[in-house]
Amino acid sequence: MSVKLTIIDQMEQIAREHGKILAPLKEDLVLADCGLDSLGFAVLVARLEDKLGIDPFTAAEDAFFPVTLGEFVKVYEHARH
Amino acid sequence: MPVTDAPALRDAIANASAACFFWDRAGCARFTDLNRGTSLGGRCAELAGRSVLVATASQLTTALALIELDGAARRLLILPPDAESDHLGAVVEAAGIDAVIVDSATPADRASDIPLRVNCSPPIVAATVDPLPRVKTEWILMTSGTTGVPKLVAHDLEGLTAAMRTPSPADGAEVWGTFYDIRRYGGLQIYLRAVCGGASLVLSSAGEAVGDHLARLAEHGVTHLSGTPSQWRRALMVPAIRNVAPRYVRLSGEIADQAILDSLRAAFPAAVIGHAYASTEAGVVFDVNDGLAGFPADYVGGVRDGVELKIADGSLRVRSRGAAFGYVGSGQSLADADGFVDTGDILERRGERYHFAGRTGGIINIGGLKVHPEEIEAVINRHPQVRMSLVRPKQNPVTGAVVVADVVLKSEGEGARKIELKDDILKFCRETLPRHKVPVAISFVPALRVAASGKLLRRQG
Repeated sequence: MSVKLTIIDQMEQIAREHGKILAPLKEDLVLADCGLDSLGFAVLVARLEDKLGIDPFTAAEDAFFPVTLGEFVKVYEHARH
Repeated sequence: MPVTDAPALRDAIANASAACFFWDRAGCARFTDLNRGTSLGGRCAELAGRSVLVATASQLTTALALIELDGAARRLLILPPDAESDHLGAVVEAAGIDAVIVDSATPADRASDIPLRVNCSPPIVAATVDPLPRVKTEWILMTSGTTGVPKLVAHDLEGLTAAMRTPSPADGAEVWGTFYDIRRYGGLQIYLRAVCGGASLVLSSAGEAVGDHLARLAEHGVTHLSGTPSQWRRALMVPAIRNVAPRYVRLSGEIADQAILDSLRAAFPAAVIGHAYASTEAGVVFDVNDGLAGFPADYVGGVRDGVELKIADGSLRVRSRGAAFGYVGSGQSLADADGFVDTGDILERRGERYHFAGRTGGIINIGGLKVHPEEIEAVINRHPQVRMSLVRPKQNPVTGAVVVADVVLKSEGEGARKIELKDDILKFCRETLPRHKVPVAISFVPALRVAASGKLLRRQG
């Protein structure tokens, strides 16, 4: 599964577990409006570390948190290379 | 030094049955032989009035030396087997130690600068026991703290035995056993119950496998068996557990959750299953024998059997004759101005019972929400396939931390079955716990490390 599909799959799963409704997952979706709260994102980052073997935010010196879903996916794609 | 007429441990064995033994893997000792004999080569008089470090390697020699020395020595500092040798010098100085008891397995360089070194060895040699001036001996126990120099906690025999209100018939028919080491508070309680109750005691030996220990407990017909919940969970995984049939099963030292109480009920249908709440500082606080986790809410507020409980800032405070009377070699006070000891154990009321939620120092902060790992472990442990679990924080860039769980299963599952099982345990957590307390990941591990104190090691690294 591609990085992007893995992320979307996990977001949908966490939304189900947390009883949240996700906004349509488009590239320019602002993460703050996607439907997951900060705990949801904490779980997402932890799950992705499990699935993809990386946590780009904890590993980076100057960690920034991306604004849109497209940026979020790019951070993981870059970290994989 | 004040001479006293208070009872000493020696008095407890004066009328005990000749069928009372200490057993370990290497041998045994009929401790009533100390009424007319010695395990210290007859050198007890040299130790009278001194501050004595008990640094024997085996529990059997410790057990014998304590009987001979209580009431004679000024102080007995009991060295646990896992004590860091780096701290020994500081401990010896703080307690003003001027004599040491060793056995044949004590390393020669251990406490070698203490001038008076006395060897303790079974067998007990027949000797005339000359009465020595009777003093009130201070018993010093070391706390099982995680780092730094351990604290030295001072008790006396009266306080250590304060919770033993129902003397058993001294007929030698009871056989106590413990998974603890008797050089820690929890194990010492069992030792004193055996000696003062005219019973025998089966001791564990260093490096002995749980199965071998259980086989010896079965061989000696153990009737009263004690351990921490972690030690019991481990013992329940060993087939040899089926050969023991204690009529009293006791847990203390950690939170006894409903899952372990139910597992022990299933394993020992006819036994009384009790969990005791005790700590090195607060002493034995209470026993609960109704088979349910937690304890009745009305224990808090009043005075029961000389023990008074109150809650302040969420944690349990205890005032009791069984509590220690202070720290040795430290200006730190053990109790507050009113004599209450802060146990550091956080209580949570559910209906008519209080439950232990965790430790004041063990809180995990998840984006500002506080979580006690113990309460999540209690939920995971209720899953029918789970033997034991450890919940720990994992660093997280969003909330600072999230929780993950390491889980030991009752039986090794198939690969595919394990994924199903993970989902099932997580589903169980989601149904029971608020979202932030649900582990983000579960790892199945073959075992969890348990410290020498019998408690689950929270830092498994």
